[in-house]
Amino acid sequence: MSVLEIIVFTVVKIVLILTVMLLMVSYLVYFERRVSAWVQNRLGPNRVGWEGVLQPFADVFKLLLKEDIVPVKANQFIHTLAPVIALFVAFATYAVIPIASPLKIFGYEIPLVVADVNIGVLYVLALTSVGVYAITLAGWSSGSKYSLFGGIRSSAQMISYEISMGFSVAGVLLFAESLRPIAIVQSQGSWMWNAWIQPIGFITFVVSAFAETNRLPFDLPEAEPELVGGYHTEYSSMKFAAFFLAEYANMIIAAGMIVTLYLGGYNLPFFNIESLGLANWLTVIIQIGSFFIKMGVLLFFFLWIRWSLPRFRYDQLMSIGWKVMFPLSLINLIWVAVLIMVFNL
Amino acid sequence: MTLYDIIFYLFALVTISSAYLVVTVRNIVYSAFSLLFTLFGIAGLYALLGADFVAIVQLIVYVGGILILMIFGVMLTNKITNVQIKTGVFQILPATIGVGIFGGFLLAVLLNTNWLNLNVKDSPATTFQLGQLLMNEWVLPFELLGIVLLIALLGAASIARK
Repeated sequence: MSVLEIIVFTVVKIVLILTVMLLMVSYLVYFERRVSAWVQNRLGPNRVGWEGVLQPFADVFKLLLKEDIVPVKANQFIHTLAPVIALFVAFATYAVIPIASPLKIFGYEIPLVVADVNIGVLYVLALTSVGVYAITLAGWSSGSKYSLFGGIRSSAQMISYEISMGFSVAGVLLFAESLRPIAIVQSQGSWMWNAWIQPIGFITFVVSAFAETNRLPFDLPEAEPELVGGYHTEYSSMKFAAFFLAEYANMIIAAGMIVTLYLGGYNLPFFNIESLGLANWLTVIIQIGSFFIKMGVLLFFFLWIRWSLPRFRYDQLMSIGWKVMFPLSLINLIWVAVLIMVFNL
Repeated sequence: MTLYDIIFYLFALVTISSAYLVVTVRNIVYSAFSLLFTLFGIAGLYALLGADFVAIVQLIVYVGGILILMIFGVMLTNKITNVQIKTGVFQILPATIGVGIFGGFLLAVLLNTNWLNLNVKDSPATTFQLGQLLMNEWVLPFELLGIVLLIALLGAASIARK
């Protein structure tokens, strides 16, 4: 492929992924409101369009039309920059998550991932740590105590849980012998999911992912009774919407990463689709479907947890992170190493 | 000028201009913040040289770890954000001598090293070779560095306890 072709394909893929992500984010918000209503035996938004399916668009227009208020004591420049960083990180991370095996079309073989990077898994971890800046800077630049507390809580939490996350990922990498997300998906085949092989690592990764995305039971950065809102207390209009979008986009990315690393990625469970000898486009469509169904189930799990569990106290959160999750992820690493030594996997 | 050159100069410009801002800006928060762009630019240069693993580790360690801690320190120290830092020029003579010696040293290293010329376009993934080297040839320095970090950690903990 020539450079120009690569650029064209990449731009098309970026536009597609962005559109799909934005749609998914807005419907995830709708989904969350309906699921929470269902959990609490309410109705939820059901007036705009059929069963409320147009509600996300109404919400976006409302936020667009609102006045953008910047507090007098805020640091103007950083106050504007923080939501931009949050959105950038949330959407850039998606570049390395593969959604199906390569599509053969018009004589080209197009990998269905925006960037097939050798070190894709580390790229995700690096961008997650950049995401901490958005929250820290938002909290600080607002010039309000509550925002600052929200920002500090959030970044301390994210830094603490990044460690157990990194160590759980190390187990997966040992097994796949590669940092490329596609290679990790292929190493799991159709049934040797990492979730079966290293269940402890799976649990620590999922728990850390909850903490990284600031979801309940780890949503201390947004504890309404103590902090009014959290790091985004002083944000309004589209800047607030940017944080909101980034938060839900992060949830989708966390789900995508869990599927890729632990649940066999785009492969169908217990069944090798490629052995069937279907046409390439059919295989790709089935794989995309399988990927998004796995992700949907995980996202439902995220919402389910949120409306079932109470919030941890701050010291509990820290002691779980450092005294429970971190040792567990180390044990998982040793377990994987022993497995590889004993069975020569 | 090829595309490669343009990207190189872009990253170099970001690195140097933000590094200049780090030492000249009077607000310490802005100073810490422009360090972010310096570190980013260096990561970009590494990536451009085909050192993909080093580039991403630069991001994880420096941007995601060290700089976050620095910004934390700056933000939590209430008084520090309002202090006007002295950024004027003084002690010109000793500084010139020091910088001159250091610059000469760097230049000597630059000129006397046998640089390995690689075709960057099809450079292989470096992670595997790096792992092999760290765990075989350089395992002793690697482990010693680990111990140095452990000592630093213990020292910090014991100071914090007092």
